[in-house]
Amino acid sequence: MSNQGVNRTRRRLIIATSVVGGAGALAAVWPFIASMNPSQRAKAAGAPVEVDISKIEPGSYATVEWRGKPVWVIYRTKEMLELLDKHDDRLSDPKSESSIQPEYCKNHRAIKDQYMVVVGICTHLGCSPSPKLKPVSDNETGPDWHGGFYCPCHGSRFDLAARVFKGSPAPTNMVVPPHRYVTDTRILIGEDTKGA
Amino acid sequence: MTKMQQLLAWVDERFPLTATWKAHLSEYYAPKNFNFWYFFGSLALLVLVIQIVTGIFLTMNYKPDANLAFGAVEYIMRDVDWGWLIRYMHSTGASMFFVVVYLHMFRGLMYGSYRKPRELIWIFGVLIYLALMAEAFLGYLLPWGQMSFWGAQVIVNLFAAIPVIGPDLAVWIRGDYVISDATLNRFFAFHVIALPLVLLALVVVHLIALHEVGSNNPDGIEIKKKKDPNTGIPLDGIPFHPYYTVKDIFGVVVFLIVFSAIIFFAPEMGGYFLEANNFIPADPLKTPEHIAPLWYFTAFYSILRAVPPILGSQFPGVVAMGAAIVLLFFLPWLDKSPVKSIRYRGWIYKVALALFAISFIGLSYLGMQAVTPLYTVLARVFAVIYFLFFLLMPWYTRIDKTKPEPERVTG
Repeated sequence: MSNQGVNRTRRRLIIATSVVGGAGALAAVWPFIASMNPSQRAKAAGAPVEVDISKIEPGSYATVEWRGKPVWVIYRTKEMLELLDKHDDRLSDPKSESSIQPEYCKNHRAIKDQYMVVVGICTHLGCSPSPKLKPVSDNETGPDWHGGFYCPCHGSRFDLAARVFKGSPAPTNMVVPPHRYVTDTRILIGEDTKGA
Repeated sequence: MTKMQQLLAWVDERFPLTATWKAHLSEYYAPKNFNFWYFFGSLALLVLVIQIVTGIFLTMNYKPDANLAFGAVEYIMRDVDWGWLIRYMHSTGASMFFVVVYLHMFRGLMYGSYRKPRELIWIFGVLIYLALMAEAFLGYLLPWGQMSFWGAQVIVNLFAAIPVIGPDLAVWIRGDYVISDATLNRFFAFHVIALPLVLLALVVVHLIALHEVGSNNPDGIEIKKKKDPNTGIPLDGIPFHPYYTVKDIFGVVVFLIVFSAIIFFAPEMGGYFLEANNFIPADPLKTPEHIAPLWYFTAFYSILRAVPPILGSQFPGVVAMGAAIVLLFFLPWLDKSPVKSIRYRGWIYKVALALFAISFIGLSYLGMQAVTPLYTVLARVFAVIYFLFFLLMPWYTRIDKTKPEPERVTG
């Protein structure tokens, strides 16, 4: 391109106008992008929920909804708890070091061993695993099953402390939400003592 | 001049009506040797029209609200006059769109329709395919059934696997911390207005590019090289209208017979077009026992599942899935063969294309099945073949023994 006969002042003005106009157009995009973030109402939702655990049978579990997600309260029997320590070598993260849980839930991932509270969402792609609580092996659980959960979407396996077995697509153990005992038979999910 | 001719002349002075008609139909010269495989471009256009028209009528009764959506679809099916027909046309149309588009793309692979000078036609086409996939995914959330919900949950979580920005990106896409009413409402907006506009614009540029360079043909030779010295019309070209409009109308009739048969006798297609679990309202607390995307996504879903997590992250699987689609864009430059059409290529390309087709169908099948160790191995084998088809193409197309191309089309 030849620069002959170009009015340099005009060219500078055109460039300056284009830059300012372009910046303005970019700035105008921002409100539209930001409008797609969770609204103030969505952010405010998510109050804690209280569960009555006295109705849960030993060896079974209850599901409650917290922040639109399923939260399980699992009543683990003595036999279940004994099996829990027998497969550490088969777990990806037996000590839950790279998994999410409150500080007070590192041992067996519960405040009281009997009652496990966990967000029932697979850490792979967010499906809700199916319970396979009994220590009975089948096609889905694979051999030598000690009881736990099997994700139907991509085949991740978890034990009864919601810790993931090696070879599963899920990278970490399932998340334990903050929770506390209000009384011996009532648990508040979504809030711990620090928050109270 | 008759009154009609006067009216046409009046219009032509103000708008290029006759000129446009000539340029794109009556004097657009297409090769005379089109075969069966050349039906699917015009059929894709037909399905696009069906989807837009039925979609408009569906929005008249649908409600994009998490509490009302599932009921609204059932209301359309049961209480709206002919609502079942319109909805089945739309749901069957979605699957048939992919049927004709996959055949259309395979035609391109066979006859080298993506090769110079048609690279941009191919690229616009791949973009149409991408927009179509997005459109199908977004639309699938709208009935708010169990598969809608958990399908969206899995796909949106794929974005969460992207390092650093992933989790925030997923929240931004959902507009909430979980798939919710906000997600449904925005997917509706994208499905009914944003993406259809993009799709239409892409179809227009796809056709403009096609009509600029002219159509390829089963021989993969350029008809514009041999023109009648007096008229300048390609010797092997015939006007699109009436020759190919009539041919395409025949294709449309056959297509509509098949389309109607599906709508009236097998609208769910045994769970392939409408999944049984989607007749259960979305339940955020319970994932169905077996979830799989609809058949047209399962090849890519298989690739995702076939890649094991690396360093505790399943991002590599997401990358592989994305790469499987992105590679298509580079096809025009990966193919180094001196000929375009499979008719004049050697055995290597024929075997490669056959293996590729088998792998794609195999991956599609495996993506619908539950995970077993054997299937995982098979999926990995097919996924490797899928990628090698593209990645080794610069070599095997170069050493392949080709036959000489003819001077004129062979019919």
